[in-house]
Amino acid sequence: MMARPKRPLFLAPASYRRRRLADASRLLPVFGIILLFLPLMWTEASELRLTSGHVIYFFGVWLFLVGVAAAFAPGLKAGDRAADGSDEDED
Amino acid sequence: MPFNLLVTACLVYVLILFTVAFVVERRARAGRLGWLRSPVVYTLSLSIYCTAWTFYGAVGYAARSGLEFLTIYFGPTLVFVGWWWLLRKLVRIGRQYRVTSIADLISSRFGKSNTLGVIVTVIAVVAATPYIALQLQSVVLSFGVFASATEGSVAVDAGRTAFWVAVGLAFFTILFGTRNLDVKEQHHGIVTAIAVEAVVKLVALVAVGSFVVWGIAGGLSAIIDKIDASGLTAGAVQPGRWAGLIFLSAAAVITLPRMFQVLVVESDNEDQLASASWAFPFYLLAMSLFIMPIAVVGLDRMPSGANPDMFVLTLPLAEGQGALAMLAFLGGFSSATSMVIVESIALATMISNHVVIPLWLRLRPAEAGGEDLRAVVLNARRLAIVAVLALGYGYYRLSGGSAALASIGLIAFLGMAQVLPAMLGGLFWRGATRTGAILGLVTGFTVWAYASFLPSFGPGAALSEAVFQGGLFGIGWLRPQALFGTEGMDPLVHALFWSMTLNALAFCLGSLLTFPGPVERLQGAAFVNVFQGGSGPQRWARGQVEPEQLLAMAQRILGEEVSLALFEAAARDQGKAGFLPDPTPAFLDALEARLSGTVGAATAHAMLSQLVGRAMVTVEDLMAVASEAAQIMEYSARLETRESELTRTAGALREANEKLQQLSVQKDAFLSQISHELRTPMTSIRAFSEILTEGVLPAEQVTRYGRIIHDEAKRLTRLLDDLLDLSVLENGMVQLNLGLANLHQMLETALTAARQTRPERNFLVTRDPASEAIFLRTDADRLTQVFINLISNARKYCTADQPELRISLRQRGGKLTVDFVDNGKGIPKESQSLIFEKFARLSDANRAGGAGLGLAICREIMTSLGGSVAYLPGQGGAAFRVTVPLRLEKLAA
Repeated sequence: MMARPKRPLFLAPASYRRRRLADASRLLPVFGIILLFLPLMWTEASELRLTSGHVIYFFGVWLFLVGVAAAFAPGLKAGDRAADGSDEDED
Repeated sequence: MPFNLLVTACLVYVLILFTVAFVVERRARAGRLGWLRSPVVYTLSLSIYCTAWTFYGAVGYAARSGLEFLTIYFGPTLVFVGWWWLLRKLVRIGRQYRVTSIADLISSRFGKSNTLGVIVTVIAVVAATPYIALQLQSVVLSFGVFASATEGSVAVDAGRTAFWVAVGLAFFTILFGTRNLDVKEQHHGIVTAIAVEAVVKLVALVAVGSFVVWGIAGGLSAIIDKIDASGLTAGAVQPGRWAGLIFLSAAAVITLPRMFQVLVVESDNEDQLASASWAFPFYLLAMSLFIMPIAVVGLDRMPSGANPDMFVLTLPLAEGQGALAMLAFLGGFSSATSMVIVESIALATMISNHVVIPLWLRLRPAEAGGEDLRAVVLNARRLAIVAVLALGYGYYRLSGGSAALASIGLIAFLGMAQVLPAMLGGLFWRGATRTGAILGLVTGFTVWAYASFLPSFGPGAALSEAVFQGGLFGIGWLRPQALFGTEGMDPLVHALFWSMTLNALAFCLGSLLTFPGPVERLQGAAFVNVFQGGSGPQRWARGQVEPEQLLAMAQRILGEEVSLALFEAAARDQGKAGFLPDPTPAFLDALEARLSGTVGAATAHAMLSQLVGRAMVTVEDLMAVASEAAQIMEYSARLETRESELTRTAGALREANEKLQQLSVQKDAFLSQISHELRTPMTSIRAFSEILTEGVLPAEQVTRYGRIIHDEAKRLTRLLDDLLDLSVLENGMVQLNLGLANLHQMLETALTAARQTRPERNFLVTRDPASEAIFLRTDADRLTQVFINLISNARKYCTADQPELRISLRQRGGKLTVDFVDNGKGIPKESQSLIFEKFARLSDANRAGGAGLGLAICREIMTSLGGSVAYLPGQGGAAFRVTVPLRLEKLAA
């Protein structure tokens, strides 16, 4: 196993914020999966009958995911440029 | 609506696309891309995910299975909003290592293995062929819809239409996809044309949808009522299919060759991806927003036998909206053509880089420099494009063009998704090996073909009835749709489950049990740790290759002008004039990266290996790199040592300088002192001799004055004797009188002699007579002189009220040390280094008539006797140590 390059122990608030934003961005699809499977779980298997309510629900979730991703994107984008060269690793 | 008008509109539309592509190509060549590299164009180009299948087929899908069609969009949505997980890394690797296709990615990750490149290429071609057929079919169907709607026109020959569409697409693709060999496999013209098509299909679908909702159904609430009433949503959603399809579409969006092309290969920067992370899901949302209403209204309005796949066209036609139908037709046409164009470019790149060029190089290896390989690459691509389209057309003719659009699309997705384990494993797991990847891919592909692809032709076509019923070779648990006895599963979920599970299992086991080669390990580390900086590992040892040969090879691939510029720049970086840089590892790396942007990593590596004469990085190379590093470290350590040495020397010099300055001050002081010392007796001698010459003095006076003159003369003589003695000793001209002498005797003599100095003081002398019974072979007189001097000094300068002197001896290694320690206040630290110098004398308060030569003489004597005299600090008083050899051999002096 290669020795990991040294990383600073504490970060400037800007990079700290950005990493938490990246964490949130990673959580988003997990959250999305839960939301998209929710209707299948609460409806009883015998009567898995979808209604227009479901249609609206799914599109609502979809729009929500898009909106949150859109809110995250600028921060991650700007940060990406600032942290270029000393990019963090992924864990 | 006249059919001819439709054909004309079609041609005009294609002409517009041509113009767009052409203009953008020209701008790109001039380097004026500007907004064309913006995230908007990037996002829109991603929309080739929505093919004719989406445009027409989604409505049919919704009409048949209700909400399930949404799963096809949920997968990509999840992948894109979670771009920080995977897409970011994928795009970074793609840009950093100039990846040209998904086959190139897999092959270069696993040690630039061309075998893997070929396997992925084969999978991609097999999985894409039905999909391309699907696009041709949709175009033909949509033509058919218009033809049948137009009374009195010629019936459309489906086969001929498909043929001409395929020819037209091949022409367009070849024209813009293979105009030149780019350093990085990018096609700005085509990407922009696709972005335009993306807008057209979105506008068309939204227009039809809006017409359906507000023009036919009568508003939003009405359409919601209709949806509930239609019973369309009643179609039970199976959780297994729901999950499986979301997974499948998520896998497809990153593994489909066309998606990889626009997502990774055509990507310019990561900002584009950040914007696309929400904009692309939003585009998908907009595309599917009206699918459900169109399906519901279509089922409601259209005759019962109507093909729901064509509702997007037939609904406006039935309502007499010719222009809207035309727009919808163009939207569908756009969807089909853009998919086919990008897919065939991506496949052609793979085929030429991983199949044709390696074969070509193997068949004609010797002609290095002879021919321009660019022509070969370009022609290979053109042929590959034609071949891919021909395959699609052939499949269309064979399958008869009847099956529902969506089912074959999902089967194609699953085929391509077999690349997923190798890809994810390669990106996140350093332990993934080439053998594992090959095993996984082959296993997955075989299971897919057997359980999903071949059965899709129907029983009795590719697989016989017997196999369907009784399994392969009559083995029950090998039935294609009930592997290992898993009966009753949905066929697609069944194939998905078994192919992906067995694929991943084979991949993991293969990786765990095999050992990767050096290149594989380097590439693995470089890919997995792509964010941890660096430009990747050094892959080349210093080559034994002539730069001319490299230049010749580069010219074959990059062209003369580009290669010359590249080589000249490299030579300049190395500080050389001309066009031929040294084949340093760094240069070879850069050259390989450049070449791999054109012909793929595996081929570029193989070509360089041919010249450099090394197929792989060997362990020896790694050792060489390591020892080079070790040398550098050693060198820097040496530098450090030298530096500290210099520092020490400088310190010594500074000390010496200080000493010199002090000495100079002392010398001045001594000169004035000695002139004073000489002058005082001289003055009294002169004065008294003057009195004597007058001759009128009584006899006793004469005697007194005579004694004074005598004493003064003696003092002068002593002073001059000392000076003479010192100079003799210093010049090494001293004559030693060697003989055996008793130390006790010498000390006795010295103590007795020294008693004359300040005789009024009563000294307590501590001695150890037993240890003093030693015979030395030395110059007894000289050594005694040293002892006398040291003891006299103690008598002179010891300030204690009850002075004490301790004399102790020690024998060590043929040497004898004699310590003289008194109980005075000692000598201050700053003076310790000066007391042995000539003319040195401490404060005037301690003046006792000496001229300050005693210790200097002692030191010279001890040097002559092969020993030394030194001041011992920290003994509670002044302490001197005399070291003398027990047996002094005759010195050269």
